[in-house]
Amino acid sequence: MKVRIHVSLKQGVLDPQGRAVHHSLGGLGFTGVDDVRIGRTVEMDVADDTTETQLTNMCEKLLANTVIENYRIEMVG
Amino acid sequence: MKSAVITFPGSNCDRDMAVAIELVSGNAPLRVWHGDSTLPDGLDFIALPGGFSYGDYLRSGAMAANSPIMRGIVAAAERGVPVLGVCNGFQVLTEARLLPGALMRNAQQTFICRTAALKVENADSLFTSYYQQGQSIDIPVAHHDGNYFADDATLDRLEGDGRVAFRYADAINGSQRAIAGVLNAAGNVLGMMPHPERAVEDAHGNTDGRALFEGVLNALALT
Repeated sequence: MKVRIHVSLKQGVLDPQGRAVHHSLGGLGFTGVDDVRIGRTVEMDVADDTTETQLTNMCEKLLANTVIENYRIEMVG
Repeated sequence: MKSAVITFPGSNCDRDMAVAIELVSGNAPLRVWHGDSTLPDGLDFIALPGGFSYGDYLRSGAMAANSPIMRGIVAAAERGVPVLGVCNGFQVLTEARLLPGALMRNAQQTFICRTAALKVENADSLFTSYYQQGQSIDIPVAHHDGNYFADDATLDRLEGDGRVAFRYADAINGSQRAIAGVLNAAGNVLGMMPHPERAVEDAHGNTDGRALFEGVLNALALT
């Protein structure tokens, strides 16, 4: 089973990388971009009987730092 | 006085840390590999050095925080054994949840390598008792991910409880409230981004870091 974990910075946490990319997009002439935030996607092949609880534990213990990041689990199938 | 310096794959300040501890205490610390499942018995002091453990993969300190040796370090810290984490060691301590908050990419995106002026915010702690309250000291910094973040409630609690040990004199990396080093609630764990072990002997051109090691190691020698 394929699973994607989407990790993103929480609202209110300044994203220096996103800000730099936002600035560069403006420099390239792309106007109308209000905000840029950079996250991370972790793609995993896991056993078919892997439970959502197990995936949640993986996120809480390692894949995301919940002090600064949110995560979303997507079952790709 | 029995101490240990932990080495992770990618640590690069472990020898500097060991040299500083031996210089001040007269005893060479044990060198402990991250993959060991148990800590040596009877440690009085544990230091987590700077570097780029696991190449900073995933997040700085995230992989090291899950090393086998960390279970023993968490248990020792909870028993009250003093633990110092410098730079990557600070990142490891936050990832291991021994200290609150997180270290993010510097606000200006650049690696900072220079000497920074710090203010000693709490001179009553185990680690800072050889400094004066409010003293200005110069300590080298060398980091890309030193931008300290915690939510406002946590920051208020840290400030109210005297757990901000050091603050940058200037906002060099975007850290919330210019925090450079924080203590745990019990006061036996200190994490800081600046490198006191790089300022302990005359050849370094600056010995402002020496009082940190003298404070904690002399306190331990007296017990």
